[in-house]
Amino acid sequence: MNAARVGVVTFPGTLDDQDAARAVRLAGAEPVPLWHADHDLKGVDAVFLPGGFSYGDYLRCGAISRFSPLMDELIPAARAGLPVLGTCNGFQILCEAHLLPGALTRNGGLHYICRDQGIRVENADTAWTSDFEAGQEIVLPVKHGEGRYVADTETLAALERDGRVVFRYVGGNPNGSLNDIAGITNEAGNVVGLMPHPEHAVEELTGAPSVDGRGFFTSILKRLVNA
Amino acid sequence: MSLDSVKRAAETPDEPMPYAELGMKGDEYQRVCDILGRRPTGSELAIYSVMWSEHCSYKSSKVHLRQFGTKAPKSDALLVGMGENAGVVDIGDGWAATFKIESHNHPSYVEPHQGAATGVGGIVRDIMSMGARPIAVMDALRFGGADQQDTRRVLPGVVEGISHYGNCLGLPNIGGEVVFDPCYIGNPLVNALCVGLLRKDQIKLATAPGPGNKVVLFGARTGADGIGGASVLASATFEDESQAKRPAVQVGDPFMEKLLIECCLELYQADVVVGIQDLGAAGVSCATTELAAKGTGGMTVDLNLVPLRDPTLRPEEILMSESQERMMAVVTPEDIPAFMAICEKWDVPATVIGEVTDTGRLVMTWDGDVIVDIPPGTAADEGPVYERPFHEPAGQAALNADGPERLPRPEDLRETLLRLLGSPNLGSKEWVTSQYDRYVRGNTVLAQPADAGMLRISEVMPGAEETTRGIALATDGNGRYARLDPYAGAQLALAEAYRNVAVTGAAPLAVTNCLNFGSPEDPEVMWQFAEAVRGLADACKTLGVPVTGGNVSFYNQTGSTAIHPTPVVGVLGVIEDVATRVRSGFTTEGLRVVLLGDTRDEFGGSEWAHVAHGHLGGLPPAVDLEAERALGSVLVEAARDGLLEGSHDLSDGGLAIALAEACLAQGVGATLSLPGDDAFVDLFSESTSRALVCVRPEAFEALAELCGRYEVPCYGLGTTGGASLAVEGVFEIPVAELRETHAAPLPAIFG
Repeated sequence: MNAARVGVVTFPGTLDDQDAARAVRLAGAEPVPLWHADHDLKGVDAVFLPGGFSYGDYLRCGAISRFSPLMDELIPAARAGLPVLGTCNGFQILCEAHLLPGALTRNGGLHYICRDQGIRVENADTAWTSDFEAGQEIVLPVKHGEGRYVADTETLAALERDGRVVFRYVGGNPNGSLNDIAGITNEAGNVVGLMPHPEHAVEELTGAPSVDGRGFFTSILKRLVNA
Repeated sequence: MSLDSVKRAAETPDEPMPYAELGMKGDEYQRVCDILGRRPTGSELAIYSVMWSEHCSYKSSKVHLRQFGTKAPKSDALLVGMGENAGVVDIGDGWAATFKIESHNHPSYVEPHQGAATGVGGIVRDIMSMGARPIAVMDALRFGGADQQDTRRVLPGVVEGISHYGNCLGLPNIGGEVVFDPCYIGNPLVNALCVGLLRKDQIKLATAPGPGNKVVLFGARTGADGIGGASVLASATFEDESQAKRPAVQVGDPFMEKLLIECCLELYQADVVVGIQDLGAAGVSCATTELAAKGTGGMTVDLNLVPLRDPTLRPEEILMSESQERMMAVVTPEDIPAFMAICEKWDVPATVIGEVTDTGRLVMTWDGDVIVDIPPGTAADEGPVYERPFHEPAGQAALNADGPERLPRPEDLRETLLRLLGSPNLGSKEWVTSQYDRYVRGNTVLAQPADAGMLRISEVMPGAEETTRGIALATDGNGRYARLDPYAGAQLALAEAYRNVAVTGAAPLAVTNCLNFGSPEDPEVMWQFAEAVRGLADACKTLGVPVTGGNVSFYNQTGSTAIHPTPVVGVLGVIEDVATRVRSGFTTEGLRVVLLGDTRDEFGGSEWAHVAHGHLGGLPPAVDLEAERALGSVLVEAARDGLLEGSHDLSDGGLAIALAEACLAQGVGATLSLPGDDAFVDLFSESTSRALVCVRPEAFEALAELCGRYEVPCYGLGTTGGASLAVEGVFEIPVAELRETHAAPLPAIFG
């Protein structure tokens, strides 16, 4: 059987694409570079939107990337069930593209913050979290200036009611996110966005002092193999 | 204003030119007239004034800096030495590293955010122009007293500027320094270091060979920012209202720089670049004169073709503009289509503005008129050289005589440790470093607060040859030591950076330096400079690590008061197997804690004298470079043999602070006893050539044997474990209390 193929998107200003591709590769899947200007998903089985400052965060984080040719292909594919993970700027792009509700705004403390952050997995039923257990606490780095999750009361209530809050910050909220929300999913559970960076927590030697990020990639691989 | 062409200059030989306003001395202007055989045009004057400024020409420092060459130790590692955009060293397995540190002090005082941001941008382009992928940055920062009013303006702005620009570029920030001292209140220091990697057979140089080859300007459009920055800002002191100088600070766009990085790497990979130069201080003037001077010797440029952000710019302004995120490449005519296609892919504007010639002249036109016609080498390489007078400062002997011996020593060493640990210079720098991305690109093995930053190599360029190697980098510099003795102070800076690299298990290989001083026109400052350079060159020779490049920043003074002489030294080291790297501090329980090196009663310039008594006098700790080298060998070999479970350098605040930091690294305490009979000296002296290591008990004998072989003194202090730092008969402090104290100072001031 061929290895699962996970697309890694590069926009102008994307920074964590190399890390994302490495994490995919270490998990045993084949990373497939996807270029923002192409109307082509190259037949991948899943897509990773990595972090960075696409288009320099100009206008609003993710606001310009959302209109790229690749997104024209990605948005309908995600609505049709293609597994998509967006971290940091990728999460911001997913919100701008209305694949996920709400928005990421300037951190409460007004500073960019890079730290190893405690996170609780609230929903272990999504395409990207099935290898975790609900309630499990993990450590992943956060590194962002605009990660404060906000949504209107109704949306927030619906997210909580439907179990679509996938990750919550524990041991201190780094950015003032409502309900300590670190990540959410869509109704179908195939699209997940979060501010923390699983791709920086997959190796003992480098990155964060944990390998908890591996669970994201083993989760998606199992799903793709069993599909 | 009518155009001042070469023809007009010849016809109007007596027209007065504003050379003085551009920072040029009368005799320098006369030399330009002699070179050209006529008065210069406005555009030519613009070129000579910026190229001959202190910042670009090193006219006051050159005669001293030559020692870095004449005294250089023999090194097989040096591939490109001083004089290029950055030095390049061979790090093995076909890989080379290029690194350099550079100041952006004056702009960072005027406009902290943009000044610091463009400091990062500038050094990153230097590294790119060597053909390398930039892989990490570090910053050595000096501010006025932490509690002084203006520090609250300057520090947050500087940190935010570095944070925004560096993070947006996707370069991990892996270390550096933050030091407070009132001497920097009007002259903060922002020294930015960048390191890049390349295959050693793919080095690029700033040269324009081959008549008929095209000169391409690419990157951001040229605007009015930073006009005259090089000569006006970098060489002027701040006696006037700084508001007046605001327009001279450049404004950065890190997004464009990120595109420029990826674009350049693709250009290198496609092999369509003959020569390349970044545009930094002095912009187009510098790039064209330097490229031409190092190439076939001639170049024509049509300045009308320079893409402008502000269409009203005059040619003189285009020549002097320091707009950021621009590069200049020399490309063969056949490769131009491929070059342009890659630039287009990355949305990077690129324009052919000229051509290489063999005339030996740099000729520029504007609206068809020749406005510049000069031998490029006269601007780039043959600037004035000054043998400035220098002598020992009047108060130096008295300062050295006023030693710390007279200071009352404390009874309560617990309180002394907590007071030092909670002081701004020794407290946690997390308020600063948590604003920097240390993880991006996924190759960071060690980052602050580790003694040195370390990066894995094999994953840097996917597809390139695998290697187990890694590189480590540290910067250090102690202005107080250098004030007491600039010769020793520069050596101590090198020794500390060398040691910080060695404690991680990497072997020190090469040096970069940023020499921050007051006005070279003050003979007392010039003495400090001369002594520091002499000291550093001598020490590099003894330690066997060549200087590969660096930067001099003069005029760091307000009125007649200069900063402490502050040579900042960066050392790069190589570790053969990055998996053997040694982590910082006490990494787990049950390890034996060992002190390497001897402790003497040395408190001149110490943190204790500074914090407890506000005292600066006497002499700095004695330099012992042979001991430093032996200690380095022990550390590197012990790491290689897998003996070390943790390590930490001893420096500011001595053993006491090193022990506290070692506990804080992983939250592991220790129970120890001191080797000497004076607990205060044991704990707080700043004797050099010392380090703390911890080993599994069964490894102690092998370590002791290794120390014996290198004649490095070795003292077992005790064992790691528990929730407190217990020093027998002296104090026991819970790690939680150490943490609280250590974390407090910066948030208390900066929020």
